[in-house]
Amino acid sequence: MAIIKKLKAIKKEQNHLLGIQDLSFSQISEILKQAKTFITLNKSNSKKLDILRGKTQINLFFEPSTRTQSSFELAGKRLGADVMSMNIVNSAIKKGETLIDTAMTLNAMHPDIIVIRHQDSGAPNLLSQKVNCSVINAGDGRREHPTQALLDALTIINRKGKVEGLKIAICGDILHSRVARSNIYLMNMLGAEVNVVAPKTLLPHSIERLGVKVFTDMKKGLDNCDIVMMLRLQNERMQGSFLPSAREYYEFYGLTPDKLKMAKKDALIMHPGPMNRGVEIDTNLADDINRSVIREQVELGVAIRMACLKIFCKGNQ
Amino acid sequence: MKEIYLINARIIDPKNNIDEIGGLIIDSNGAIKASGKKVANGNLPSSVNKIDLKKQVLIPGIVDMRVFVGEPGYEYKENFRTLSNAALSGGVTSVVSMPNTNPVIDNVSMVDFLKRRGRDKSKINIFPAASLTKNTEGKQMTEFGLLKRKGIVAFTDGIKTVQNPEVMSRIMNFASQSESLIMQHAEDNVLSNGGLINDGEISTRLGLKGIPFLAEKIIVERDLSFLEEYFCRYHISQISSKKTVSVIKKAKKEGKIFSTGVSINNLSLNENDIGDFKTFLKLSPPLRTESDRRALVESVNDGTIDVIVSDHKPEDEESKRLTFAQAATGASGVETLLPLALELFHNKSIKLNKLIAALTCNPAKILDINKGTLNKGADADLCIFDINKPWIVNKENIKSKSKNTPIEDRKLQGQVLKTFVKGELVYERN
Repeated sequence: MAIIKKLKAIKKEQNHLLGIQDLSFSQISEILKQAKTFITLNKSNSKKLDILRGKTQINLFFEPSTRTQSSFELAGKRLGADVMSMNIVNSAIKKGETLIDTAMTLNAMHPDIIVIRHQDSGAPNLLSQKVNCSVINAGDGRREHPTQALLDALTIINRKGKVEGLKIAICGDILHSRVARSNIYLMNMLGAEVNVVAPKTLLPHSIERLGVKVFTDMKKGLDNCDIVMMLRLQNERMQGSFLPSAREYYEFYGLTPDKLKMAKKDALIMHPGPMNRGVEIDTNLADDINRSVIREQVELGVAIRMACLKIFCKGNQ
Repeated sequence: MKEIYLINARIIDPKNNIDEIGGLIIDSNGAIKASGKKVANGNLPSSVNKIDLKKQVLIPGIVDMRVFVGEPGYEYKENFRTLSNAALSGGVTSVVSMPNTNPVIDNVSMVDFLKRRGRDKSKINIFPAASLTKNTEGKQMTEFGLLKRKGIVAFTDGIKTVQNPEVMSRIMNFASQSESLIMQHAEDNVLSNGGLINDGEISTRLGLKGIPFLAEKIIVERDLSFLEEYFCRYHISQISSKKTVSVIKKAKKEGKIFSTGVSINNLSLNENDIGDFKTFLKLSPPLRTESDRRALVESVNDGTIDVIVSDHKPEDEESKRLTFAQAATGASGVETLLPLALELFHNKSIKLNKLIAALTCNPAKILDINKGTLNKGADADLCIFDINKPWIVNKENIKSKSKNTPIEDRKLQGQVLKTFVKGELVYERN
């Protein structure tokens, strides 16, 4: 009994990054501050640190991902960790193993950190209850994608100096978007004013209760905004007819120069990627180096993930 | 069998509007010989052995209209013996077993199997329900007349809803001939497709796909429209939302004759209880808002809702130790049905006689079975409980084979002390 109690006590000390909702303002400040130091490092010739030397990081991606997975892999490696990315397609999960069994198997190999992406909301939470290492959420269902929101905040701070007081419009498929949810929580915490813009069929129930203003007219939603955050139209999650056509969507909710005029002159365009050019965003706008910070988001993503790995890694606090 | 004399009890028999201190005599055949205030120590021969119940409450044994057994096919979740033990410890003496077994209870030979197993392995009365459609596929109706003759008391696809309106209208039309009871689980599959919890703020925050209240309302409205044309004995298994309550109130006002049930879970919990993805609270119909819960509670109190069920759905741990999306739906609850219902009496939400009626005589009347009362001549199925005894729900004390209680660690008030079936003392708390 005493042993069980002790184990429980140890488990409690684990640091997990499951969602922005669980973070305090000071934790967020610490992550952003830490990430800033890595921005310069990532641009230098010698990118390797040994902060996580001897630590093992497992990337457990149940959903296909290019940028997030490679970003986490690179982040871990640059901090000196041994990084292993599980290929789910060839794994026992495809043979019917449950998430908990997979977790227990991996746990037996004593990883220090597991980065998980899963199609089911709450999967990282379940995992965190069962393993003895830190769990970092790299996106779960439509619930949260905390590191994406953090890198978005870092990008904004890098360009605008701060988030507080800015007006941010999040546009597109809010219903299926974990990026939208994490950003709503984070930008609110950092003192921004958040608008969401979407057709009614792509708005989740009671979204206004999360502290946003809801617009179905994109021009009104973009009015006087500092940041225009576009979301990908998640076609693979569309189970019914949410929209009549991509053409109709682009006409009313695609980001075009005409609609962008409503935002501030120096408004930044963001997108978590991958983009559907000509569906949610005009292709020239996406590439406009004066307005679009899409590539910078990817760049700073590595810095944010390095900061998160450093701060949340077991025994590294 | 010797006669048994129970005295000095608070007798509540809602069917006969009785709530008085008195006693009850069980005759040598296990039937009720007499009950009420006239059965008092002074009126009884001094030589006989009397059991003094010390003002504990005595009610007819509880009739639970919605229970999943597991036999055949899912014996590892629950069998007749474990169900019987669980039910008796909660004062439940009769259950309607759902047909969602493997194979499905959809033909006459299955009924014989159930009756035999129920009789041999359990001490409670098992009233099997058969499916409305073959293999609960919603296409071909089952043999209502023949099944009813074999002792089937109700027809339902259990966890499923007959989606096709044409099939449903024909079922209702045909069932009236054999006066078969139709019980519908009201949920439109298209609207609820992929849904996991109530569609609302919580589903948005948890990132889980919602089940809109409309999925329930639209089926209730559809079926009540059919009822106008094809009158039959029709019962809505359980409802979960305020809006459905309005539909039912309106239909009853218009004079439509049907009945409605509600799960104790929807009366005692709401969507906030799901917390951090607690899969034990993944239920169908889903837990909805506090305002929905209140409307349901009020409807039991005003008689709009007739029956409270446990919706006892045992699920093994492996089916629940998954992500919320993958986890099985349902909660164990037959043994906590009464104590949890009493919470609604203690917090002054529902009058005691209404509450007991919804657990005893109302379901018996809908099912047309001779249970749920303390009438002279009725089987002595009795539940005796201490209405005030405080206790805490502990998973380890659960008698059901599966431990998926949605109310672990809940502090309850009221505990079953003794349960009789057909005059035999089959459960006694130590």
